[in-house]
Amino acid sequence: MARAAVLGGLSWRVATLVAFRDENAAVRTLVFSIPGWPGHEAGQHVDVRLTAPDGYSTQRSYSIASAVDGDLVELTIEKLPDGEVSPYLSHVLTIGDRIEIRGPIGGWFVWEPSVQSPVLLVGGGSGVVPLMSMVRTRTRAGSRVPFRLLYSVRDPDAVLYGAELAALQHDDPSIEVHYAFTRVAPAAATRPSGRIDAAFLAEFGFAAVLAPAVFVCGSSGFVETVADLLVALGHDAGRVKTERFGPTGTR
Amino acid sequence: MAGIVSPGFFGRRREPGPPLPPGQYLERGFPVLSAGPTPRVNLDTWEFRIVNESGDKRAWDWAQFRALPAADITVDLHCVTKWSKLATAWRGVSLDTLLDGIETRAEYALALSYGGYTTNLPLSALVDGKAWLAFAYDGADLTPEHGGPVRLLVPHLYLWKSAKWVRGIDLRLREERGFWEQLGYHNDGDPWLEQRYSAD
Repeated sequence: MARAAVLGGLSWRVATLVAFRDENAAVRTLVFSIPGWPGHEAGQHVDVRLTAPDGYSTQRSYSIASAVDGDLVELTIEKLPDGEVSPYLSHVLTIGDRIEIRGPIGGWFVWEPSVQSPVLLVGGGSGVVPLMSMVRTRTRAGSRVPFRLLYSVRDPDAVLYGAELAALQHDDPSIEVHYAFTRVAPAAATRPSGRIDAAFLAEFGFAAVLAPAVFVCGSSGFVETVADLLVALGHDAGRVKTERFGPTGTR
Repeated sequence: MAGIVSPGFFGRRREPGPPLPPGQYLERGFPVLSAGPTPRVNLDTWEFRIVNESGDKRAWDWAQFRALPAADITVDLHCVTKWSKLATAWRGVSLDTLLDGIETRAEYALALSYGGYTTNLPLSALVDGKAWLAFAYDGADLTPEHGGPVRLLVPHLYLWKSAKWVRGIDLRLREERGFWEQLGYHNDGDPWLEQRYSAD
């Protein structure tokens, strides 16, 4: 589906904001209605184009957070302090406003419900967004493929989709969510704060012998570290798919 | 698509400077993008080889490669994910040097990388001072994250054509699509024509 959509051409479509939800003070989920949306696979992204009144325009890419739902597409946008586009999308755009979107884009970092291998998702910060599309696509498909989401996040206030993930876990023992709070763990947490390391991956991830499909998404440093650890734990590098974004270094 | 304007949007206008390809924005950092774990390549076993359409092979080990004449290269980079980075400083060996003396009627090339990545280019995109095998960036050895020990550098095309961890180039009479080209990205990838996706 996705490839056919891409090969058929990716035209810019008008996207109208029909709802939004604040995930926390800095992160908002935007729900767009995009007439003619061809559907997408879990993990794909879109290009967004904003045009100022004088004709200046700029583009950015954002992961899709939602499962396929007719012409509705959800993007979860983190307001970057020095961002050109994210402050506008996350804190200025209002219901009824229109922007341009094209997609879906990307045919590699995708999960399809027909694949039966267990799925290990490892997200850092807002890197959880395309992974959430996979979780929601699994739910929507009625799949019981074993899923484990390992979610590295600064502190409890920074967690995205926390209530939804808790409800899913409660209802379905074949999906597990394990948090690594990097700065401040909640009072009730069984583990102290700390980053995802080899011991964390070994304890909460699927063992390499189970040949899970692995998706790692987050900042470049996070992805580099986690992917290296997974390979060292015996996971086949060919089954570890990565997507990187967020702040970047100078080299 | 005219008429979709965001009234409250101003954007970050650039200082006067060289123009960017359409749809690109200026990046000061150096983002990393790759589809999987970073391959760790051992210089003791590193090899770069060019194979022509007849199967004739020419190969260089690390010492032989580093003995080739190298040049300092300052070029602008354009990534299909929208960022551009200007005046990046590399050191590398021109593909003209590596291709010199290789007999071929091929018009197509497929670059192959450690880790399994591939990308296809017309051979014409690699010759006449337009492409290098880069082994240093900003005065230091090229780091694994950015494709070290050696990456292809084809700055006139989107950066996915500049294969990281490159280990060889196959010269082909017929075109074979590479990794992203098979997944819906444009076959040619010229940033000035904004050839991002297959039907652009």
